[in-house]
Amino acid sequence: MAKVKHEAAWYPLESGETVLDGLLRQGVSVPHACRAGACQSCLMRAVEGSVPAAAQVGLKDTLQARNYFLACACRLPDGAALEVAGAGELRIPARIVALESLSPDVLSVRLETESPLSYRAGQYITVVRGDGLARSYSLASLPRESTLELHVRIIPGGAMSEWLARDARPGERVEVQGPAGDCFYVPGQPEAPLLLAGTGTGLAPLYGIVRDALEAGHTGPIHLFHGAREPGGLYLVERLRQWATWHPNLHYGPTVLTGGGGDVREGTLEALVLARVPKRPTGWRAYLCGNAEGVLSLRKKLFLAGFSLKDIHADAFLPSTPPAGRVAGAA
Amino acid sequence: MSSVYEQIGGEPAMAAAVELFYRKVLGDERISHFFETVDMERQAAKQKAFLTMVCGGPANYSGKDMREGHRPLVQRGLNETHFNAVAGHLKETLEELGVSAELVGKVMAVAEGARADVLNR
Repeated sequence: MAKVKHEAAWYPLESGETVLDGLLRQGVSVPHACRAGACQSCLMRAVEGSVPAAAQVGLKDTLQARNYFLACACRLPDGAALEVAGAGELRIPARIVALESLSPDVLSVRLETESPLSYRAGQYITVVRGDGLARSYSLASLPRESTLELHVRIIPGGAMSEWLARDARPGERVEVQGPAGDCFYVPGQPEAPLLLAGTGTGLAPLYGIVRDALEAGHTGPIHLFHGAREPGGLYLVERLRQWATWHPNLHYGPTVLTGGGGDVREGTLEALVLARVPKRPTGWRAYLCGNAEGVLSLRKKLFLAGFSLKDIHADAFLPSTPPAGRVAGAA
Repeated sequence: MSSVYEQIGGEPAMAAAVELFYRKVLGDERISHFFETVDMERQAAKQKAFLTMVCGGPANYSGKDMREGHRPLVQRGLNETHFNAVAGHLKETLEELGVSAELVGKVMAVAEGARADVLNR
């Protein structure tokens, strides 16, 4: 049996149980969301004892060096003892400064941090509410802007999104942690064709990346595809159309499964994106964000179509997952 | 005598070969289900290690690793046909990269030597 020490108390772990599951099961509050090693909401620090390498996969070197690890990916060998602390010192106090509806189910949330957050447009952060509830969201803003902007999809029964949509008011205090993710514009090849495709609020990071690329003087074609089930699921449509008229190299392609018309194409996002890819996509770079299944499928298709893996930046959005054993929706 | 690995250009050649090879196996419906994964980067790294090994480069693979690594796949039905398909893609990859017939022959002999371990026989 392995055990974990947190705030002066020892907690036994069941065989094969993660540090996150073990602590939650025994009533310790640990921020968490995706529980799949991606969102980094459950970041903790090892104070004493060693952490398996698998629990540090994907963390920045600077975090690894300070013994941070992902509690949801941390399984200890039998007999191991680990003393842990929360990641409070990594969080920056922030307050909500604006809430604006972008569509019936997407909310723009603007946050102002107490100290500047260093990030790249397209990365994501974790928002932690006062009671420890945590969710990860992509940044739609640019680092030069004074506020962080998130696009939050309002999910029926979603603890964070419904709170933001119904109860939260400007002035409300939260904390932010991060940033994480490597879905961002890399300057250096201004003529490279860029392919950006996102579904739903997968538009948020792309919205930041497109502006980042344009401001960096990108001259190559930028193909931005935004997919939704029906036209009501698209948002920022007018603004993006306007940008496309201002920037001749920006091509905006709103797509829907049903109800298309005008410049809104009808079909699957994947088919429309692939139709745009040339036979030899040498030098092309892709940014894929949103629904995990769609992102992973499109990444594979683009690789097969000739994209190099290093030129595909994918950010698959994972839903928040309640602890093992609890009924979905109870969290 | 230097290894095939060194003769065809070492690590940079493996980096070039791995994407060609991975694209071929992932695009082949007979075997793609053995290579489907969420973590494509990691899968590519594994394949690079495999290519390095069959070319006689620095590799940490042992016959035992081969055997254990492929056991779950054998349980999922990995057989001769699949092995032959992968070997065919390996050969094509090397040929596309302009590796001489003599060196391709050497690599294919090493790959053939792994057949029993891969298929857990």
